[in-house]
Amino acid sequence: MGKMYNVSASPHIRSGVTTSTIMRDVAIALMPACALGVYQFGLRALLILLVSTLTCAATEYIYLKLAKKQQGPYECSAIVTGMLIGMNMPPTVPLWIPVIGGVFAILVVKQVFGGLGQNFMNPALGARCFLFLCYAERMNTFQIPQKVGTAIINFGAASVDGISGATPLAAMKAGETVSLFDAFFGFTGGVIGETSAAMILLGAAYMVYRKVISLRIPVAYLLSFAVFLVLFGGKGFDPYYVACQLCTGGLMLGAFFMATDYVTSPITKNGQIVFGILLGILTGIFRIYGNNAEGVSYAIIIANLLVPLIEKVTMPRPFGKGGH
Amino acid sequence: MGKCFKQFFNGLIKENPTFVLMLGMCPTLAVTSSASNGLGMGLTTTAVLALSNLFISLIRKIIPDKVRIPAFIVVVATFVTIVQMLLQAYLPSLNESLGLYIPLIVVNCIILGRAEAFAYTNGPVISLFDGLGMGLGFTLGLTSIGIVRELIGAGTFFGNQIMPDAYEPAAIFTLAPGAFFVLALLTALQNIFKAKSATNVPGAKVACGGNCAACMDGACVENREEIARINGIKEAEAVAAKAEAARKAAEAKKAAEAKKAEEEAEKQLDVKAETAEAAAEKFEAKAEAVDAAAEKFDKKAEAAETVAEKFESGEKKED
Repeated sequence: MGKMYNVSASPHIRSGVTTSTIMRDVAIALMPACALGVYQFGLRALLILLVSTLTCAATEYIYLKLAKKQQGPYECSAIVTGMLIGMNMPPTVPLWIPVIGGVFAILVVKQVFGGLGQNFMNPALGARCFLFLCYAERMNTFQIPQKVGTAIINFGAASVDGISGATPLAAMKAGETVSLFDAFFGFTGGVIGETSAAMILLGAAYMVYRKVISLRIPVAYLLSFAVFLVLFGGKGFDPYYVACQLCTGGLMLGAFFMATDYVTSPITKNGQIVFGILLGILTGIFRIYGNNAEGVSYAIIIANLLVPLIEKVTMPRPFGKGGH
Repeated sequence: MGKCFKQFFNGLIKENPTFVLMLGMCPTLAVTSSASNGLGMGLTTTAVLALSNLFISLIRKIIPDKVRIPAFIVVVATFVTIVQMLLQAYLPSLNESLGLYIPLIVVNCIILGRAEAFAYTNGPVISLFDGLGMGLGFTLGLTSIGIVRELIGAGTFFGNQIMPDAYEPAAIFTLAPGAFFVLALLTALQNIFKAKSATNVPGAKVACGGNCAACMDGACVENREEIARINGIKEAEAVAAKAEAARKAAEAKKAAEAKKAEEEAEKQLDVKAETAEAAAEKFEAKAEAVDAAAEKFDKKAEAAETVAEKFESGEKKED
């Protein structure tokens, strides 16, 4: 009986996971896609990523200072937001566009509504939609990256050697077929961080391994989108077409990195599945019936707005409590 | 007349329909994509509002209470139709850019609200001024929103390019979302600078002044209670201050009186002392007189003695 037991107050189960470790994991998971973007589109892509990230971090810092809000231990959420904004930029945009996007995301979408945990909409996507509506032409000018091994350094001027061209999604919308290999590994036009499904899946695998995200939302999203495409896509059950649609555009990036944002997705397990299915249907509607080839960002933003309702409906009932 | 002007400025600033009462949001958000549209819409509404207020106030005694809303609508619709015909005739371009929103003035809640809350219970002249003030307040709100949206969204001011060529307009500000951004921004500025308005009650941390007569919102009731509390505190403070002042005044009066009394007492004392001195002097004089008398007496006595002595000596001699 010589053994002494340490008895302490609850909680007894502790974890070293904090907001900043989670955000650091997300930032690490974004690295492969960023790296490929920089490799393909040149150092200008890196510059855009850096500018948007720094803008977000600086905006958050300055806002908290001016508003005299309590500065907690620094969590890297603004950095993740900044990286996502940068990844959503075509590599040809002038540098003031990511600056406006960063300020808008942090100031208007996030801090005005109360800061981290209070924003009703994903800040990076809010900024992306804002910029698309503001500067439609600049945000829709894409360039086809050079093939592997011939990546060029075009640091200063935009699109020196790049050939501007349609994204594979726009090509498919126009009825052309695209190479699934190029779309999967990212040798296509598009915004900096969305082109390579492979790199995004690599990052997603890291996040799943670190238990930062669960697969519920992305899998429900991709599956329901695929089903919608088979039913209403007009091509019947065509695996090649469905795979091309899944690997192009912002779908992978949106499904794994934006739809899974803790703040703007449901916390209940059933709610997450409902959320994913809703996203799949909305994306399908936008891609097939919409004017634009892409619809992921609007789909996620609209679904973000419905999250409180989804949570209300799917909140589990404690044992012994009455019906609704 | 002063009352009329007060009502006029009340609508223009203190209860500005756009930034304070938040009424008429539909045209506010829909037609303010440029400054001239905002101005045109505002002035059109002002004309309808002032005339309908005047007219409803004139016929308020013959409108049956139960059908007053349809009656208001008929009056308002008449004026809207007239105004639209005038616009079609003289300002066809403005008529085209405002489009559907001109007939929609009929159901603008500022107009119905002022008819119900003001014109129906007040005289025609003051109702006219109320309509003018509210209408111009609405014009002010719409024009300022239009100016900001046009400046950011198109780089122009009433259609004239004023931003440098390098400026790339952010097109979203001329779209619907921009209206929300700018409305929120300007309302926030109005609150930051504590512009004199019904909602900026000094000392009260509420978002509403509790002046909206028909508002039955739960938060509104709370706000009213809060304002009543603040006003109660202020009143109590004023009463306390008054009482304090009265007390001080009374004290001062008392002190002054006491001083006066003291002075008088001193004076009296002085007088008494003087009389006492005088009495003493008199007494001394008397005493001197007595002394003198005594001396005289002494002398007389001496004289008598001498007489007696003489007499004795005379007797002796006789002996």
